[in-house]
Amino acid sequence: MHRRLLGLLAVVLSLGMVAAACGSDATAETKAAFIYVGPVGDAGWTYAHDQGRQAAAAETGIETAYVETVPEGTADFGNYVREFIDQGFTVIIGTSFGYMDDMLALADEYPDVVFEHVSGFKQNDTNFGNTFGRMYEPRYLTGMVAGSATSSNLLGYVAAFPIPEVIRGINAFTLGVREVNPDAQVEVIWTSTWFDPAVEGDSAQALLDKGADVIAMHQDSTAAGEKAEAAGARWVSYNSDMSAFAPNAYLTAPVWNWGPRYAEIIEAAKAGTYVPGAYWGSMADGVVDIADIAADVDAGVKAAVADKKAAIIAGDFHVFSGPINDQDGNLVVGAGETMDDGSMLGMDFFVEGVIGSTG
Amino acid sequence: MSEASLIGLLAATVSFGALLYLAALGEMVSEKAGILNLGVEGMMAMGAVSGFMAALEFGNPWLALLIAVLTGAAVALVHGWFTVVLGAEQVVSGLSLTILGIGMAAYLGKNAVGRPPGAVLAPVDWPVLSDIRWLGPVLFRQSPIVYMAVAVGVVAWLVLSRTRIGLALRAAGESASTADAAGHSVVGLRLGAVAVGGGLAGASGAYLTLSITPQWAEGITAGRGWIAVALVIFGAWRPGRVALGALLFGGTLALKTRLQTFGVDFSPILLSMLPYLLTIGVLVAISIRSRNRPSPAPAALGIAYRREER
Repeated sequence: MHRRLLGLLAVVLSLGMVAAACGSDATAETKAAFIYVGPVGDAGWTYAHDQGRQAAAAETGIETAYVETVPEGTADFGNYVREFIDQGFTVIIGTSFGYMDDMLALADEYPDVVFEHVSGFKQNDTNFGNTFGRMYEPRYLTGMVAGSATSSNLLGYVAAFPIPEVIRGINAFTLGVREVNPDAQVEVIWTSTWFDPAVEGDSAQALLDKGADVIAMHQDSTAAGEKAEAAGARWVSYNSDMSAFAPNAYLTAPVWNWGPRYAEIIEAAKAGTYVPGAYWGSMADGVVDIADIAADVDAGVKAAVADKKAAIIAGDFHVFSGPINDQDGNLVVGAGETMDDGSMLGMDFFVEGVIGSTG
Repeated sequence: MSEASLIGLLAATVSFGALLYLAALGEMVSEKAGILNLGVEGMMAMGAVSGFMAALEFGNPWLALLIAVLTGAAVALVHGWFTVVLGAEQVVSGLSLTILGIGMAAYLGKNAVGRPPGAVLAPVDWPVLSDIRWLGPVLFRQSPIVYMAVAVGVVAWLVLSRTRIGLALRAAGESASTADAAGHSVVGLRLGAVAVGGGLAGASGAYLTLSITPQWAEGITAGRGWIAVALVIFGAWRPGRVALGALLFGGTLALKTRLQTFGVDFSPILLSMLPYLLTIGVLVAISIRSRNRPSPAPAALGIAYRREER
């Protein structure tokens, strides 16, 4: 009997250990708590959010706290939120898609607390809004860099899941590649993982074996870059500057810059002027950007990217302006037309130049 | 499909095969002695994190591998303490070990997340052999851990089938009371087998973080430990068959994403399920066959041994 109890005790103890990572304090009026799906040190998605938290804290001078590696779809999320609210936190920011419905319910339960959800699409009228970024803008710019760097004219793209966000990124990247290099093609592999370095690295290897000499990715691990480095190819990372992982392969990256947006939410909550909405921040808003471009990239390419970036920010250029053909050569966006946000958010086709299937 | 793509597929099959084989071989040794250890995933995670951190600390990949092996063995002995010494339920304890191992690895590895590796076990460049067309890149440009996996497999087979201690170990797994009556220490044999199993799972984890994708992050083992458990059943508790199964399952891992580059429209999700489906198939085959032939599973597998109760 007590032997079984010992076994169960081990389960309970280890569960406790999984969940032990917090950092917070007390007092002051407005306090913001962040809930992350991954570890802050992942050099990727969660790392970028935590950089944003620190920048917003520095700018607004208010107290922030975070809890990392909180799984989606479990009771943990709600428990952490309640714990934070008990400690006097008045702004809750959740940074993973799967938190959406929990946040909606909690916003209803705590009408005095501001809830902001990153990457979702739901909101209410009073205290729950969502935020995301137009990552397709810098993706296009990284495509221009990558399209100039290839000599085999085959680029590989290691992608997570065939959802509109990822498809949009692949298309924007490909359009950028083909602006500078109309003969180049981008081959996509779906890994069906957000984070499985072994599979993601192997997918990059498969593309390299096929002759790709630049690898781009929509994943949270750096494994693709390590394979590109080993093969003497080039690499476009994602989320943050990951040059430390593959110093020779690294070209550039589309990156997040959450600080200004987080500061804005916190200031609004502090002033009592928070209005929930569907915020889709652009490069002009500073939410997304292109990271530094590797030193060995031609100055002409850098200048072209800088010009295009200025045009996007000024509103003179839109990534999904026609004429755009789909993979099979059918015209999907006519000349002079621009895709609206609704169509972009539901994008389910590949543009011309992409090799692969949208699932 | 080009030659380079096919070579890449075969090389990845061997590499993933070795990854699974190390963990599966360890589990097989443990089960041969009668102890089911469902904590493979946790032991792999601990091996992965300790290997990576040791490489950061000491800069020597071989020392890092040794530390990963010792860590895996130490974690396995927690299971050994509960199941062999205290006679606890093996399934409960093993599952706890998985959760404990994954959680503890995440906790210990906090500062190692997102850091470039301190040292790696780079692929070996053999004289002459590595340059052979086809065979060279597939078999002779692998990480040293792959060659160690082959060597360990041969040693395990020799020890289990050709030595007295191997016989005693198998006896502990078939009929612990008989082994006891023959003067062997059942507790010692079983603890030893569990420790060897943990050490090999640790080596498998370290193969991930020192060779395949030299980095540490939570969840890097991604369920490979469970495939290893299935592989033991698939291989009917024989080192050779487990090796073949490891290559087969490794092949499904390598094919999972590569199929797309071959222009084959086949769901990668179905391919990920394949090892488990094959294992269920083998389980069915075993149970049909065992109506007239004995099951290949060790007879005392999962049964605690307490001398005074027999």
